[in-house]
Parts: sequence; structure tokens; C-alpha cells
Amino acid sequence: MAKKASETEVRPVVSILGTPVQCFYGPEDLPDFDYKEKLNDPGEYPFTRGVYPTMYRSALWTMRQYSGQSTPDSTNERFKYLLKNGQTGLSLAFDLPTQIGLDSDMPLAEDDVGKLGVAVDSLEDFERIFDGISLDQISTSFTINATAPIILAMYVLVAQKQGVEPKKLRGTIQNDILKEYIARGTWIFPPEPSIKLVGDLVEYCNKEIPRFNAISVSGTHILEYGANTMQSVALAISIAEVYIGEVLKRGSHIDQIAPLFSFHLPIGGRDFNFFEDIARLRAARRYWARLMKEKYGAQDKRSLQFRFSTGGMGGGLTAEQPLNNIARATIYAMAAVFSGTRSLNLACYDEVYAIPSDLAIRTSLRVQQILAFETGVADVVDPLGGSYYVEKLTDEMEAKIGETVADIEKDGGIVKMIESGAIQRELARQSYALQKKISSGGKVLVGVNKFKVKEEERDLEIYKTDPETINRQLQRLKAVKASRDQGKVEGALKELEAAAGRGDNIIPYLFEPLTEKATVGEIIDTLKKVYGTFKEPTTI
Amino acid sequence: METKKTIRVLIAKIGLDGHDVGAKVLIFWLRDQGMEVIYTGLRQSVEQVVEVALQEAVDVIGVSILSGSHVSISRKLMKRIRERELGDVLVLFGGTIPKDDIAVLKGIGVQGVFPSHAKLEEISAFIQQNVKHGE
Repeated sequence: MAKKASETEVRPVVSILGTPVQCFYGPEDLPDFDYKEKLNDPGEYPFTRGVYPTMYRSALWTMRQYSGQSTPDSTNERFKYLLKNGQTGLSLAFDLPTQIGLDSDMPLAEDDVGKLGVAVDSLEDFERIFDGISLDQISTSFTINATAPIILAMYVLVAQKQGVEPKKLRGTIQNDILKEYIARGTWIFPPEPSIKLVGDLVEYCNKEIPRFNAISVSGTHILEYGANTMQSVALAISIAEVYIGEVLKRGSHIDQIAPLFSFHLPIGGRDFNFFEDIARLRAARRYWARLMKEKYGAQDKRSLQFRFSTGGMGGGLTAEQPLNNIARATIYAMAAVFSGTRSLNLACYDEVYAIPSDLAIRTSLRVQQILAFETGVADVVDPLGGSYYVEKLTDEMEAKIGETVADIEKDGGIVKMIESGAIQRELARQSYALQKKISSGGKVLVGVNKFKVKEEERDLEIYKTDPETINRQLQRLKAVKASRDQGKVEGALKELEAAAGRGDNIIPYLFEPLTEKATVGEIIDTLKKVYGTFKEPTTI
Repeated sequence: METKKTIRVLIAKIGLDGHDVGAKVLIFWLRDQGMEVIYTGLRQSVEQVVEVALQEAVDVIGVSILSGSHVSISRKLMKRIRERELGDVLVLFGGTIPKDDIAVLKGIGVQGVFPSHAKLEEISAFIQQNVKHGE
């Protein structure tokens, strides 16, 4: 072990897991390494190297930039712009009122209408968003959680109106409410009925829209909240197990539902480490395959495949010298590709300031295209496989993911920890610790605490929300309300309330109110009567 | 020698934005600087925040907004503060705030504006230098 002795002289490096990092790795770091057991070929159990045998040689990852703003009409315009520029999938962002079930004309909504995404009050808005876009030709990703059942029902209705069978719809709906209590705050109901709704959607998609990913369990927001890169995966897996439990108890078999699960995992961020980020995603594939097989008895290959998209995280980007962010995002994208991502949404260089401008979005898309078409990084599956260092890290990450999942279980499970606020507190503390490390210079951020320049703020072209958005949205909502049969709306909502009260799957009961032009807010208020609202723990 | 009064701070999330880790990081920091800090939790209205500020007799209201609604919310907040005669309170805004909006917020009467890249030290120093204690 000569090389380890000599390392006392060098700069010490510690991994995210707290283990010392050697200067180099060799065969002695991987004793008894069994290729078949640890890696196997891509597309073979335990899928460490990738879920498909040929990966990007058959199909490149989906390049999907998050978008959606102000009104349905301007979102429709931007969608068409992105499709024209070679984007292969759509990703829809909703404004906050839509995410938490408020109509544009409800109290508290006013300041946020059309700000972070598109405002959707009724089915008519949804029809406008997809006007002229054939839903059987694209896949769409919806970042929506508490109101996910309503949004999915709207998508089905728009498809039917276009003459597209729901069975042909492709895409992903986030439908991961538990991380909202931890990080993003768009909860409505308490956890228990919320988990039930997640189950409703999974169950419905399984039967009616089998090509649609009914859930995308997200580690990204958890990372932004302060989790480290390993924890962002471990917590997402703990959360996924809650949803799996919910659907299994309704009598589904694991092989019916596990293939509907996909993950959205972070790459990059303040704690980014190129090799660690890659290793923990390879580890996650192996961990999941074993978990599904050994704990749940899954047999279908698709149940064992840990499929994930990645988000290149804005949290690692800096306001200082914003063009440096293009370099950061490029390296995140490369790590995502080496990890075998199926889809990538890359943060934009101006994201620290506002919603990305057209130029910034296009640049993020170009970064992906340069990687895909100019560099050769997509030519060989899992090119880092077999690296002594990466395999050692992958082993360590897998062990630590397992330990973290077990610890959560021991502490009463993730739902309990969310209800008490314990997990939120712990992650916020980690975030504080990291911030102090940056303040003290213990962690280098180029342009922030090192290599600073005086005249650094460039004038970026920043996207501004049209101030007329709210008025247009209010007018449209008023017109919708004026054009409907109030008695039919109320009748349909009564049916929905009764179904929720009985504990039925509510998805089939959403179509009628939506067709009768009930609003998102009215549907959510109806469900609140049955489910109640969440009381947030505010002790810090 | 009079003993220095402890600075009381209310950190508020007004509107629907649910991103509050930045607010919590700031709370930890201000507490470490010896201040008393109260947190409102998410989805507060301007009216609720001003009432808490009155009841708790805070010296500082810090509003965290990452959703782009800072201009309209600051207008409502400053108006309410005047109506409720909370004149001496120091008002800070932080979050995703474009450079051009800093002057806009200051024009509305917000004393300190700290975009997300502001240093924690800057914020606490600003509070210490500008806070007006009741008497």
C-alpha cells in the first residue's frame, strides 16, 4: 500500500460520504470484483451500466428544456418555437396558483398568476396550450403534484378532442407530493390523502394510459433544499416505496406498477462532484434492481429498471459572472450523459436572475446538442464502467443509499419525519453548513469566493412577465364561468365529492366537472371538504 | 452603560412561493448573530405578516420571495405598514430579484434588498447598522 503512505504529503480530499479520497485507485481497491454480479452488460440485471443494451446508440436522451409561462397562448408559442428548434419533448411549468389549486381570481393568487409558469384555470386554457400540437406526436412532461390528477384528466380530454386515443399518450407527470412537503411547498391536503391521490393516478395510468409515466419521484428539489447528492437519491427511493406500498395495498402486483415509476434526479448543484454524481446514479440503478427483486419479488425486467431523467441544477449556478454558468452546465450535462440519463433538462445561465430568456434556453439546448453530436461522449454505453475509482465509489454509494433508507425506516418512516418537520430541519441545517463553508472559503465557488472581478454584473437580457397576463387570464376565466351551466357544474362536483368520500379512485370523476367547465380551484375546494388541508410545522 | 437590546426579526414568506430553505438559512445565521428570529411559515398574506410584526414587536421584517412577485407584494406590504403605523420597522426583501428591480423596491420604501447571491454577513451587518429600536 505504498501509494497510501505517500498521500500524507498531498492535499487531503474527502468524499461527500466522509471517506478519504485516494490519489489513485487500482485492482486492490476492488477485491473479488465480479463483473456479472456487480455490473453485467448494459440492459442486464442489475443494470448498473444502463437500463438498455445500446443506450444512446439507438436513441439519444430526450433534450427537454423546462418551459411554460404567463398565458396559455404564449406557452403555446414557446412550445412551437422549441419544437421548431429541434427539441424532442415538451416540458410544462405551471404557475403557483395552478400548482396549489387556486384560480387566478382567488384571494392570494393575484401576485403569482402566470409568474413561474402557465396559468391553468379551466380546460379551455389547456386546449390553448396544445393548440396545433398533435399529442400523439410528442411526449410531454408535467411538473405538477398536488393538482396532478386534474392536469392528467385535462390532457386526456384534450387528446380525445384531437381524436387521439389516451393509450397513445406519452410523457411523464411528476405526481410526487411527498417531496413538496420537504422542499417546494406546493402541498394542499395532508400527506395521507395526498398519497392516496398519487396512488389513484398510478392506478389509472396503469389501466388506461400505459405508455405514460404516472410518477416521477424527484430528488432534485430535495438536493436544492440541502440534501447531498447521495441523500437526494436515498430520499427519493424512500418516498417511492411509500407510493409503491399505497398501490400494492389496492391489490396490484409489483410487476404491474413498478414499470410506471420513473425518477427525476439532480446532477450538479453546490455540492457537485463529477465522479460522485455519476457513481451514485449507477449505484441507484443497482440498488433499485436488487430492492425490487429481493424485497418486492418483482420479475418483469421493466420493474427492475431504474429509469431516470436528470435536472442540471440551477442551485450550483452563480449570479456572479453568469456566463461561467454555461461551463458549469456543460459539465453537469456531461455527467448526466455518463450516468445514462434518459432525459435532460439543463439549468440556464441566467436562471439566478429570472425565468430563462429565449437565448439562455437555446444555449442550454445547444450545450446538449454539442455533447450529442460533436464530442463522441454518447457513442459508448457507460464509458466509465470498470474504472477502479468509479466502481469503488459506486460500491460505497450503493451501501450508503441502503443505510440511509434503513435509517429513515428506523426513525418511523419518511411520512412521519415529514409531518414532524424533522427531515426539513435536518436538510435546512445542512444547507446552512454548506453556506457557511462557502462564506469562509472552505468550499471554492469560482467568481464568488475566488477569482472575483470588480465589474462583474453584465447586463443580461432577462425575461419579463407580461404585466397584462393577469388581466387577460381574469377575462378569460370570467368568460368561461359565464358560458357554463352552473347547475351541471355543481352536480358534477357533488359526484366528485361523493366519490372522494367513499374512497374511490377519483380520476374517472374528474372528467365530468372539467367538461362542464369547473375550474381547478373549484375542484380542489371540493376535495378539501373531504381531505382537509395540511398544517405546516414551522418550528425551525 | 445601557445593555444592547436584542434585535427581533420576523422572517416572512408572503404569497404562494414555497421555496424557504434560503429563509431558513438566514434564520440560522441571524440567530447565531444573537438576534431573536420568528418564522411565519409559507403562504402568508401581507395582512397576516403585519399583524404578527405588531404583536411580536419586531424591529425587522425580512421577506423572502423567489417567485418574481416581489414588486407587487412590496407595494402592498409598505402600504399596510403605513396603515398600521409600524413606521420604525426595517423592511428587507431577499430572493430571486433582478438587478433592475432593486431600485424599484427601494423606491417603494424597502430599505434593504438582497438578491439570492447576497452574503449572509451583508444582511446581518445591514440590520445591525440600520435597525431602529422602539425608543
